[in-house]
Amino acid sequence: MTVVHQHQHGAPVAVTPGKATPTWRLLVTLAVAGGLSGWLVVTVYQITRPAVERYAAQRVAGAVREVLERPARWDTLYLVNGALVSKAPAGPNAQELPIAYVGYDATGKRIGAAVTAAEPGFQELLTLMIGFDPESGALLGFKVLDEKETPGLGDKIETDSSFRTQFADRLPPLTGVKGHPGGNRNEVQTITGATISSRAVIRIVNHAVAKWRPLLQAYHAGGAP
Amino acid sequence: MVPGAPPPATVIADMWRGIGRENPVLVQFLGMCPTMAVTNTLANGIAMGAATTFVLVGSGLFVSLFRKYIAHEVRITSYILIIATFVTLADMILAATFPAISKALGPFMPLIVANCLLLGRAEAFAAKVAVHRAVADGLGMGLGFTLSLSLLSALRETLGHGSLLGHPLFGPRFEPWVFMVMPPGGFFALGVALLALAWIVELRRRRVRAVA
Repeated sequence: MTVVHQHQHGAPVAVTPGKATPTWRLLVTLAVAGGLSGWLVVTVYQITRPAVERYAAQRVAGAVREVLERPARWDTLYLVNGALVSKAPAGPNAQELPIAYVGYDATGKRIGAAVTAAEPGFQELLTLMIGFDPESGALLGFKVLDEKETPGLGDKIETDSSFRTQFADRLPPLTGVKGHPGGNRNEVQTITGATISSRAVIRIVNHAVAKWRPLLQAYHAGGAP
Repeated sequence: MVPGAPPPATVIADMWRGIGRENPVLVQFLGMCPTMAVTNTLANGIAMGAATTFVLVGSGLFVSLFRKYIAHEVRITSYILIIATFVTLADMILAATFPAISKALGPFMPLIVANCLLLGRAEAFAAKVAVHRAVADGLGMGLGFTLSLSLLSALRETLGHGSLLGHPLFGPRFEPWVFMVMPPGGFFALGVALLALAWIVELRRRRVRAVA
């Protein structure tokens, strides 16, 4: 709908300087509107949060199962003061501690560890779950937990299975190559049209393995199963 | 009467306007960004339409309710604040109820704020009429938007995925026309829809002329 201001006698409407709204009224209007808006957002946030968190937990569990290739069970380890512990310390910040999941097969043999890592992708933070074997350092695979890459191009890191599957059994630090990979265990082929997103995945995987591998080795060397 | 106020009309007329004669997508060309971006599957199109309808109705209600208290100088700021509030609510509610769709819509949910349809209806309609008319207009525009998005996304999902709402339609031997779910497919689908609409309008006009 177009709204045409129909001025009487065709004369433009003059803004009378004397009729301006006082500043305090403008401030009050915006303050009340802001307060009301804030209250609504906080209320709905609190109502919806349990459901959102439940879904997030389900998604993490699904990702652990996938990158550790269906473990029979897994332990959750928390990173506290530079070392891994199997019990989260009490406290309000326990939810935000970095976590590693160590998976075991049906015979109790260790399969590997899954960790999450987030770094900037093409536009925003790219969050991955990465599965690897702390002993050999070899990758099991990765899964995208959260991405805001370009639909149709950058999001191929998640949808293009030929990109994802090539990470299995590769040995970080990885480098991205274009064209045909030479069969080296530290090379993966980047996706055409999504080079930056592919490189971001490689960078995140490299950093995560470099950071978590010594921690997990120290944890397992400390007599833990 | 407020200057520039829309002429009096019944609630039903206010509602029908958005669905038909002033359809936001097919007639006014408003909200082209979500129209192109999220109409690759029918579920996404319906969810985006429903979320936008929620924001249109909610912001229309509040803009109309407070129209006498919002000073002229800060009206755009206030409208955007109201719209942004409802967009945030819609985003959180969708994330809590349909996480998969919420993830698929991704950045396009918060981007509803920037959909000119919202600010357009607030400024041109809701700010100048009583609450019931503003709500009827928001509902009509929202339904018109949802119907257009559903039409486009049904077309694109059928041809591009060979399915509708995720259910396969043609069996395993169907080769999906992937082009339709890629960004250019959005322009193509919209072009086809507009062509069909123009053809229908033209046919009708001829029939009216023939009768007269």
